[in-house]
Amino acid sequence: MTQLSYRAAFSLIVKRDLMIAFRHRDDIINPLLFFIIVVTLFPLGVGPESTTLSRIAPGIIWVAALLSTLLSLDRLFKSDHADGSLEQMLLSPHPVFILVLAKIVAHWLLTGLPLILIAPLLAVLLHLHESSYGALMLTLLLGTPVLSLLGAIGVALTVGIKKGGVLLSLLVLPLYIPVLIFATSAIDTAAMNLPYNGQLAIIAAIFFASLTLAPFAVSAALKVSTN
Amino acid sequence: MMWKWLHPYANPETSYHFAGKILPWCTRLAFAFLTIGITWALLFAPADYQQGDTFRIFYLHVPAAMLSMGIYLGMAIAALSSLVWQLKLADASAAAMAPIGATFTFIALVTGAAWGKPMWGTWWIWDARLTSELILLFLYLGVIALHNAFEDKSLAGKAAGILALVGVINLPIIKYSVEWWNTLHQGATVSKLGQPSMSADMFWPFLVCFIGFSFLVTALICLRFRSEVLQRNSMRPWVRSLITNEEKAHAV
Repeated sequence: MTQLSYRAAFSLIVKRDLMIAFRHRDDIINPLLFFIIVVTLFPLGVGPESTTLSRIAPGIIWVAALLSTLLSLDRLFKSDHADGSLEQMLLSPHPVFILVLAKIVAHWLLTGLPLILIAPLLAVLLHLHESSYGALMLTLLLGTPVLSLLGAIGVALTVGIKKGGVLLSLLVLPLYIPVLIFATSAIDTAAMNLPYNGQLAIIAAIFFASLTLAPFAVSAALKVSTN
Repeated sequence: MMWKWLHPYANPETSYHFAGKILPWCTRLAFAFLTIGITWALLFAPADYQQGDTFRIFYLHVPAAMLSMGIYLGMAIAALSSLVWQLKLADASAAAMAPIGATFTFIALVTGAAWGKPMWGTWWIWDARLTSELILLFLYLGVIALHNAFEDKSLAGKAAGILALVGVINLPIIKYSVEWWNTLHQGATVSKLGQPSMSADMFWPFLVCFIGFSFLVTALICLRFRSEVLQRNSMRPWVRSLITNEEKAHAV
């Protein structure tokens, strides 16, 4: 019996998750639609003045991104847990954190990346300050992987619970707050034509810390949940 | 060496009785220290030259805030030892600490708001330290919710333990928030090593209050720890005999 290399196992899981997602396209499109609709609600609720909108645009886009990531998190482990393939993954000879990281990468490719691609369009609708576009894209590029990584911990903890949806948001949203604070602060600073390297560096630090530590927490949590 | 001394307390019955033994002492000490400390702080300690008598809320606010972080640290250490060394009782103590910590966080936030109104002119401000203390409250509530979500207590303990450990990252953020960000909340006055930046006749009543609150927390933890142990071991013979003895005592 030949042993799969770590890299092969990683890419196998990414491919498998992407293929499953492409066969259920709604799973990719629905969180994105939710993102667009939430952003659309704000100009209707707050009023269409462009000065107000451009002032609150970073916050709106980022909060909508948090919420739509939260909605899509369930997909990460729930169906695999239901049909038993998650247990098979945990039983496989490969280190669990590699498989977990592969699933998180696939999740980011399916939810984070489309979000980044559509964000500039929504920023135009919200009259975001012209000098902030670079900051918006960079914070989303560094920040959305953090959302997937930290969210995975929450899903892994609640996957065994029947009605884990509300609980999931209670667990995950507090962990998202630092990313939200630094991302919106970077975009605001960019709007004033000031350097925003500092905030970006902190988001990058959060990204690397969660990239290295979250997979271990997720695999420990999955072992608890599947018992 | 240390394990030899500690290992009897891995037995639920032994630690149940040990907690029962120190509980009355902690309660008495807490009562004594708090009576002296609060009387001293509210009536005899000098008023602040800038803030007047308003500053006396300090004697409740600062111990509550320090203990809210201390209890979280204790809970995280208990969670770590339960995950690494599989100590079942560590789960029970982490479960016992979470609601107490949440209460102290809430007290710190409410007294802070009451202090902020006369001093800053506002109940609440999105200052770094206030926000991170609020996140601490959310983390406590998440841990409690996770504990309640599982039927199986040992699974609940492990899951909540992982969440508690992830949340530890918030503690240094709260501690150093006043140094990293120049915001409205004043810097540390008490815990500066060497010389606290307050005069001795204000510092001593604070210390007495702080020790009193610490004993109060220990007593509350012992109380909740005992009931957690009883719940988790309700089918064991020693708990049953304990209950029958209790019933006999009440019947007479």
